[in-house]
Amino acid sequence: MAPSNASSASTVEESTMPETDLSAVNDILEQHEYDQTELIAILLNVQDALGFLPPPALTHISEQLSVPLTEIYGIATFYTQFRLTPPGRHKFTVCTGTACHVRGAVQVVEEFERRLCICSGETTPDLEYGLETVNCVGACAIGPLVIVDDEYHGEMTTMKVPILLRRLERARAEVSE
Amino acid sequence: MSRIQPILSIQHLKDLQASLKEKRDPDLIRITLCTGPGCEATGANDVAEAFRKQIGERNLGDQVEFKCTGCHGFCAMAPVVTVEPPGYCYGGVRPGDVKEILERTILRGELIEELVYKDPETGETVPLEADIPFYKHQHRIILAENRQVDPTSLEDFLTIGGYNALAHTLQSQTPENMIDIIKRSGLQGRGGAGFPAGVKWERAHEQPDEPKYIVCNADEGDPGAFMDRCLLEGNPHRVIEGMCIGAFAIGARQGFVYVRHEYPIAVKRITQAVEDVQSAGLLGDGILGTDFVFDLKVVQGAGAFVCGEESALIASLEGHRGEPRQRPPYPVESGYKGKPTIINNVETWANVPHIINNGPEWFASIGSEGSKGTKIFSLVGKVRNTGLVEVPMGATIRSIVYDIGGGVPNGKEFRAIQTGGPAGGCLPAELIDLTIDFEALQHAGTIMGSGGLIVMDESTCMVDVAHYFTRFLEFESCGKCYSCRKGTQRMRELLDDICEGRGTMGHLDLLEELGHAVNTASMCGLGQNAANPVLSTLRYFREEYEAHIKGLRCPAGVCKALIRYEIIAELCDGCTACAKVCPAEAIEGEKDHPHTINADACIKCGTCVDVCAKDAVIVVSGGGQ
Ligand SMILES: Cc1cc2nc3c(=O)[nH]c(=O)nc-3n(C[C@H](O)[C@H](O)[C@H](O)COP(=O)(O)O)c2cc1C
Ligand code: FES
Repeated sequence: MAPSNASSASTVEESTMPETDLSAVNDILEQHEYDQTELIAILLNVQDALGFLPPPALTHISEQLSVPLTEIYGIATFYTQFRLTPPGRHKFTVCTGTACHVRGAVQVVEEFERRLCICSGETTPDLEYGLETVNCVGACAIGPLVIVDDEYHGEMTTMKVPILLRRLERARAEVSE
Repeated sequence: MSRIQPILSIQHLKDLQASLKEKRDPDLIRITLCTGPGCEATGANDVAEAFRKQIGERNLGDQVEFKCTGCHGFCAMAPVVTVEPPGYCYGGVRPGDVKEILERTILRGELIEELVYKDPETGETVPLEADIPFYKHQHRIILAENRQVDPTSLEDFLTIGGYNALAHTLQSQTPENMIDIIKRSGLQGRGGAGFPAGVKWERAHEQPDEPKYIVCNADEGDPGAFMDRCLLEGNPHRVIEGMCIGAFAIGARQGFVYVRHEYPIAVKRITQAVEDVQSAGLLGDGILGTDFVFDLKVVQGAGAFVCGEESALIASLEGHRGEPRQRPPYPVESGYKGKPTIINNVETWANVPHIINNGPEWFASIGSEGSKGTKIFSLVGKVRNTGLVEVPMGATIRSIVYDIGGGVPNGKEFRAIQTGGPAGGCLPAELIDLTIDFEALQHAGTIMGSGGLIVMDESTCMVDVAHYFTRFLEFESCGKCYSCRKGTQRMRELLDDICEGRGTMGHLDLLEELGHAVNTASMCGLGQNAANPVLSTLRYFREEYEAHIKGLRCPAGVCKALIRYEIIAELCDGCTACAKVCPAEAIEGEKDHPHTINADACIKCGTCVDVCAKDAVIVVSGGGQ
């Protein structure tokens, strides 16, 4: 059965979960006119707004739509795009689709895992970086592909991993100065 | 972009098209920048910015027309710019090149040699796009339009005669006629199974139950394929037009475009296109002044391969987990909300308006005996000219990989080609003259699938490929059928053993037996084809499995447990680069003296190979632990 990012282990403690903003959830439910058949779209929108699907939001959606909570969890863990833990401030998404795989995506994922000391699907304990894999984002011609937040980087090698990390670290240092 | 006022009648549409055409200055030099996925990822947006800025600054607005379009196809040259006339194709364009393109090519008509395609063998430059082998050997009907239109502009689409096929349909055809035309054209579904589109439409048309629905399947779950993404991003209106025609033929009033969430730009483009057409009155009530009513809604998937399967897609549309169900009843009888529903692939829909415009005989004259028209493939992996290619059905693997793809780079040998996505199969180099059409591929033990073609060379391990796909399918199996859920897991475990040096010849017999059982006993197309990667590699690459088992070797140098890394002392100049990056501190040696790798400490991450400027680090097959 498909284990998803959502259900995989995370290094994030429950206590670091941010407070859930239910008013954003209400707005989204309103937009979708409390329509049960829109459940997937609702969850996607909530995730866009909050960064992940916090348990209180799911309970609230379940009550508002009269859909059993088990079914909502069923959906949230069936589809790989959903996550139940907070994401990092920055996200590395490594494509492990076929085209990227045959060009060495595995090495790239492993290099990220080593450098960040987390497994793919996890977030660093300081919530700074998240590492995810995806099955193809449609830029196969220039694989292996890594997406840093929303920016695509093609023809990745293990050598380019520290460069990407350093760039973000530098930006972080500048912000905190 | 200015919103188009509601188009009230067919005559109104024709007048509007004529006036848009007239407004277009034929003397302008057209600069077209590809902003498809490959070009975007290599900086096309910065190039676009530079063009806009400098065209403005230099007041070139009355001499050039600058346009950003969807994918042109030649991703290996990304970012790509074409200049017409004379039809130059520039590749690898950086923002810094824009000044030169404007000054030299636009103002003085000169060619910029450095940006032009060069034949990798002869080094000869090929200035014109039409002469580049990658394009010359294709037959581009659908993809050709990607380069002509700004996908965010309905006006642009109307200028190339967009929505004419819909107008013609509404003006002079009956649903029965339309179905007959599609049947005579021989159009088969492009999403995988190749089911005749006309037959599907006819069945839906015959259903007494109402309302009826139509769906565009843009889930494109095949990892390594991006045709549908580029059609939706590059020319969304063609797909919408096709769907309107299909809706007319079967009598549907509501349609859905189901797009995967991993394609945010495609979602944005198709959503905008739908909104534009709605406000132009080409969707909604009384389309073009007739009594035809049809509307479209864009729905996003959320990352599940199985949702490409039609019954799972419908479950997902209804807001449930995407689990397939037993068919029959097929969706044409009982689909969305239990009503007659037809589902066709993006490319199938995009073909429809061309068939109406040019006639079914024209379409049927392209392609092979059993498969008509063209097919778009995403040509990726170990091939020089990666990108999107459109060829007539029945083209050979050789023509695609060599004439169009330019062969395998880095002096390596062509080894195999994978077709049909995760549930497809791998064909060996010996079958290079096989024609690609629905029957021929099936016969060879694979499937057409949606059009992913992944080229593999001697450094691709076929056992690893089988392992990769089996693990993918294990992960993506919805878990409903035991044979699929447990079968893919057991096959993957057997492959783990083989890749890690624990395999026996008995593993191969077991894999074969299990593979047949999984394919036979599963309910949906995922499970029914789940063993194809294993069975096809066992059929064509058995000796490679045996090398893993009997020789404890991975000839391609991929399976970690069966390889080791070594430094060739004669080539190593002791630059220390590898020792510095090695995460396991497994490399020893003094500066300016050859280094060595401590096999016990080596974690086989491959970083030293990437960093070595002398190519002194090699992978040795065998001798791993
Ligand atoms: C596991 C699985 C995944 C599929 N994925 C897709 C897909 O991503 N896109 C697609 O168009 N068809 C996909 N199909 C095929 C669809 O079920 C269906 O046959 C197709 O959309 C029908 O359209 P067509 O006749 O135009 O090809 C998939 C089938 C299976 C069994
Ligand atoms: S396989 Fe990586 S982008 Fe398609």
